[in-house]
Amino acid sequence: MMDFWIILTAVLVASACSILGCFLILRRMALVGDAISHAVLPGIAIAFLMSGTRDSMWMLLGATVFGLLTVFLIQTLQTSGLQSDASIGIVFTALFAVGVLLISLNAQHIDLDLDCVLFGEIAYVPWDTWTLGGAEMGPRAVSMLGITLTVILLLLGLFYKQFKICAFDPAMAAACGIPVLLFHYLLMGMVSMTAVSSFESVGAILVVGMLIIPAATAYLLTHRLGMMIGLSVAVGIVSAVSGYLVSYLLDASIAGCIVSVAGILFVLALLFSPSGGLIAKFARRQSAARSA
Amino acid sequence: MNMQAKQAPPLAVSGITVAYQRKAVVEDVSFTLPEGKLVALIGPNGAGKSTLLKAVLGLVPSVAGEVSIYGDSYKKMRDRVGYVPQRESVDWDFPTDALDVVMMGRYGRLGWIKRPGRREKELAMTTLDKVGMAEFARRQISQLSGGQQQRVFLARALAQEADLYFMDEPFAGVDAATEKAIIALLGELKRAGKTVLVVHHDLSTVEEYFDHVLLLNKKLIAEGPVETTFTPERLHETYGGKLAIVSADGRETVVRQ
Repeated sequence: MMDFWIILTAVLVASACSILGCFLILRRMALVGDAISHAVLPGIAIAFLMSGTRDSMWMLLGATVFGLLTVFLIQTLQTSGLQSDASIGIVFTALFAVGVLLISLNAQHIDLDLDCVLFGEIAYVPWDTWTLGGAEMGPRAVSMLGITLTVILLLLGLFYKQFKICAFDPAMAAACGIPVLLFHYLLMGMVSMTAVSSFESVGAILVVGMLIIPAATAYLLTHRLGMMIGLSVAVGIVSAVSGYLVSYLLDASIAGCIVSVAGILFVLALLFSPSGGLIAKFARRQSAARSA
Repeated sequence: MNMQAKQAPPLAVSGITVAYQRKAVVEDVSFTLPEGKLVALIGPNGAGKSTLLKAVLGLVPSVAGEVSIYGDSYKKMRDRVGYVPQRESVDWDFPTDALDVVMMGRYGRLGWIKRPGRREKELAMTTLDKVGMAEFARRQISQLSGGQQQRVFLARALAQEADLYFMDEPFAGVDAATEKAIIALLGELKRAGKTVLVVHHDLSTVEEYFDHVLLLNKKLIAEGPVETTFTPERLHETYGGKLAIVSADGRETVVRQ
């Protein structure tokens, strides 16, 4: 049963991250995903201090607010003339530092381990259960991830065309009357929710890997957005499941193994992708040279 | 459509000013476009041509000024406006094909929830055919040439089924076949009574392609029919010293330096 909960958690993290990652890399916002995943920490700490519990809803709310604040601050710095990478670097490190401070100052009240914040510990997920009206609801992380994934599927299902055109051609989208900013913040809100519900399992650093690597792998393999999302989820799930098996064999960090497997899958796609792969390109160049 | 809306000009701009970080890039521009004409918006680099277009479409905020489209606000008249952004404004490595991009022209009309369906697909195929791109409908957009990409953008604007079109440098960096296709298309739009405002770079083709010109260099220098407005004096005024007038076979042509 322990294995089941861990694998389910990993699969949920992988699915949520892989879907959103596609939109992040297409909008060239991979680093914003990184920033959000770190900057939600003060939100988590504040939610914890205010509610006194690790209640999932408070955490989701606190983290989402801070995730959106991060995006807003980054944009404000950018429009005031700072380079975009510098803006991102400033905002997320400063907010992350505030989170670290809050946790270390209130160490006796906050049951949050800083190591766990950075690297996560998915192996503990099955023990951290919650109850509702006396009924056993299973691991807290699974519930949070379930809510997050449902929100993602619902919003993307309903507004797929808006998210697509906002990613491809925001000027055209705005000219058509689509509220580009709203969809931007919806996407960022979903990334924040995903970051906070994943961070207990895989940590603030590795969640970035789950956001970016499966989506980047899928990007190399297809020329259609729908297909890219599907492949990204497939790569994410395969990484989650086989990463867990590898960690069992090696007796190593589960999250580390999952992201490593994703990294290996990316390298394979980079080498062997039929359209954009290095080997296909090399072969094409060879045959072009021969026919020339 | 009531009579009044029919009689109102396609576009009336009064006193529009746009500033980036307190520096005015478009200053107090007013003009009215005549219905059913092909209009070129010309001026030197950095004259604010694209910015003026974007301000009219509400894509960049204007500090002052009014825009009226067929006598009403852009928000209300959005469905009657088609837009062709600069080709470089999007990432052509985006995972999608030509047909899908053209269908995006319908998204504004579909509302919040409705998805593009068979009707949208058929319309997109028709407009792709009009720009000579039907055979490339399923081609991934990064595999199209620059000119073909431009034609996909034009097809997308056509799919908007608008009455007033804004095109931002559609002729920039395209091949001869695409240039021909665009001219044919402009002619067709004109015959159908549409009004088209084109940001244009190539002064040597203005007289041949357009009916009406707007000369812009931050401020509106001149506006009117090509025959009376597109004169060496006006151009000098617009471009400053950056212009040479070359007389070839008895006919005056302008060359930008």
